[in-house]
Amino acid sequence: MTTMNMAQALNSAMDTMLARDPNVVIFGEDVGYFGGVFRCTADLQQKHGVDRVFDTPVAEGGILAMAVGMGVYGLRPVAEIQFADYIYPAIDQLVSEAARLRYRSGGEFSAPLTVRAPSGGGIFGGQTHSQSPEALFTHVCGLKTVIPSNPYDAKGLLISAIEDDDPVVFFEPKRLYNGPFDGHHERPVQPWAKYPASEVPEGYYSVPLGKAAIVRRGSDVTVVAYGTMVHVAVAAAEMTGIDAEVIDLRTLVPLDIDTIVASVKKTGRCVIVHEATRTSGFGAELSALIQENCFYHLESKIERVTGWDTPYPLAFEWDYFPGPDRVAKALRRTMEP
Amino acid sequence: MNPENREPLLQPALKLHIPEPSARPGSAPDFTHLSFAAAGAVRRPQVSETARQMQDLAFDLIRVLDDTGKAVGPWRPDISAERLKHGLRAMLLTRAFDERLLVSQRQGKTSFYMQCTGEEAVAVAQAAALDSTDMLFPTYRQQGLLIARGWSLVDMMCQVFSNSHDRMKGRQLPVFYSSKDANFFSISGNLGTQFSQAVGWAMASAYKRDHRIASAWIGDGATAEGDFHYALTSAAVYRAPIILNVVNNQWAISSYQGIAGGDEATFAARGIGYGIPALRVDGNDFLAVYAVTRWAAERARTNLGPTLVELVTYRAAPHSTSDDPSKYRPSNESASWPLGDPVERLKKHLIHENAWSEEAHVALDQEVKEEVRVAAKEAESYGTLGKGPKPDRSTIFEDVFKEMPWHLRQQRDELESEQ
Ligand SMILES: Cc1ncc(C[n+]2csc(CCOP(=O)(O)OP(=O)(O)O)c2C)c(N)n1
Ligand SMILES: [Mg+2]
Repeated sequence: MTTMNMAQALNSAMDTMLARDPNVVIFGEDVGYFGGVFRCTADLQQKHGVDRVFDTPVAEGGILAMAVGMGVYGLRPVAEIQFADYIYPAIDQLVSEAARLRYRSGGEFSAPLTVRAPSGGGIFGGQTHSQSPEALFTHVCGLKTVIPSNPYDAKGLLISAIEDDDPVVFFEPKRLYNGPFDGHHERPVQPWAKYPASEVPEGYYSVPLGKAAIVRRGSDVTVVAYGTMVHVAVAAAEMTGIDAEVIDLRTLVPLDIDTIVASVKKTGRCVIVHEATRTSGFGAELSALIQENCFYHLESKIERVTGWDTPYPLAFEWDYFPGPDRVAKALRRTMEP
Repeated sequence: MNPENREPLLQPALKLHIPEPSARPGSAPDFTHLSFAAAGAVRRPQVSETARQMQDLAFDLIRVLDDTGKAVGPWRPDISAERLKHGLRAMLLTRAFDERLLVSQRQGKTSFYMQCTGEEAVAVAQAAALDSTDMLFPTYRQQGLLIARGWSLVDMMCQVFSNSHDRMKGRQLPVFYSSKDANFFSISGNLGTQFSQAVGWAMASAYKRDHRIASAWIGDGATAEGDFHYALTSAAVYRAPIILNVVNNQWAISSYQGIAGGDEATFAARGIGYGIPALRVDGNDFLAVYAVTRWAAERARTNLGPTLVELVTYRAAPHSTSDDPSKYRPSNESASWPLGDPVERLKKHLIHENAWSEEAHVALDQEVKEEVRVAAKEAESYGTLGKGPKPDRSTIFEDVFKEMPWHLRQQRDELESEQ
């Protein structure tokens, strides 16, 4: 075991897979010599060679098209999109190509690629370095969508994503790279080292896709969250003293519906939290599923706490970010008799 | 084919080529790959020449200023010393503006800043060569366009500080200016998008039988984006009245211009394949940049269509305040850049012409620094990031749509109800 922050854990996952599987190649803007603008691929080129970890032209559509083609040949490409906000030029390659290749070729061809992209706000990145576009991808049949919340999961999930035979979109909450963040932006930044989830094995292990984690057990209300919002949800629960059960989804598609349903049936209440905009956000899907599966167990309406339906405004980051106060309010509302 | 029937494998196995720059940290800077003729050596074609007839211009480098500061050759523009001094002032002002805001960023008055150090001639000389009514579609590194157009420094600083006078209401990343009054298009964080939009603007101007042309900029790195290629195709097809500028400052964050395809051919040469006449110019030579831009503008104004211009320069500063170039390029690479510094070169020229002096230069430098200092004081009095006055937080719900729909009104009320 070594103590790692999330960027180091992701680096370790790629390092491990490069060593294990000669078909793994890693590329993206600034990922080669420099090691990525968030340092997630630091030293990997120096260690594994320039043709296994390399820089690409600034062309997201080209990057993911290359990944599809390499996947078709039989490689396991891991492409980095520098910010989730810059994945849109590549959307056609993901939606029309990677996601549907297996289906349209009757299983003959497939694109086992992994797309890594930093997402979410909290670093004063303004509207083009803060987005959480996961719902766009969960809406596409044929793509898996993964969002880790801590170093241990990040490494294990990334290894699973790379080994997975389907295309996986892997969003990394950038605010969590260097330390956990519970939305209390006024407090000093905490390093990962103080948290058990920063204990990460050096070598190979995996965390399965499609399995949620219960990060806090409770009996009053279920909070469903992922990424940064897991930490915010736990902070909100502590603030209110409400005995909340907090579920970290880890994978959005395929969703661990059993864990959610079992919890909501137990608590009878549910608050869904995400940083992404509200309208047609993943919370809407979760809310519908919970209503369909737990209708007779619900004791209050399902609450959603989300980002506002606006672009991420630079100077109003903390008015935008759905922090612990907003989640706490929803928790209290849901507990009202 | 049956593998048995194949020719025996006599050829060596394939090998994946990964381009690498000539120098990395720890090695000596090496610009030997950048060869160019003496100032004045490159011919000046008629504006009516076709892309095919003037292919050579996409590979040569147009230069006007020689090492002594003398302006030579067919591209020597007809421009008065007064206007050149005006250009020198705008370049110095741009540099002083960058220096001041870099310090402001370090002081926490803004979260982020981007300098254009070493590239000032690109924006300033091009602004001088265009009409003030021409429409500009810049990247984040052409702040010199606004400054050369005489736009208010205070207004620009208020945007950088996200304060109460920021016309973008604290929504945009610092330096992503927008000024409809200066015919300066709103800067996007997503690279390349403006390049193809500018073609649409230029087509609209032609459709309306207007007289205004468009000028667009893109970095060497961003030419890899689809938008660059959309722009070239549509500009060629519709002979759009536009100047398409590639600012080749050698780097795209940590990747050198070879990663964008610059080792295989020049960026100007991209134009030939689309049938667009292309010029490659010394981007640190104010006179050459001015002359080339005038040439391209004349083509656009006379319905001859687009011109692709590659401006060869060097990004002397870090990519942004979030970047540390010592991690990926030799620290003295900037000092070894063979095309020198645009401010120094124009100054030398004006002195050579007996129109300028060292003393006048020092005085001008002090004058622009003072102008920036005064502007910064005023801008800071309207607030800086996270300190002092800023727009009301409920304004974040405005301008998503022209009319605010119910769900945004509801969300605004919810935010308002928070302490
Ligand atoms: C679509 C998109 N992809 C990636 C980025 C991240 N990014 C910002 S600037 C930059 C490098 C651009 O280099 P270049 O075009 O050469 O312009 P320069 O910064 O050198 O002026 C990158 C990759 C972005 N802003 N937009
Ligand atoms: Mg560049």
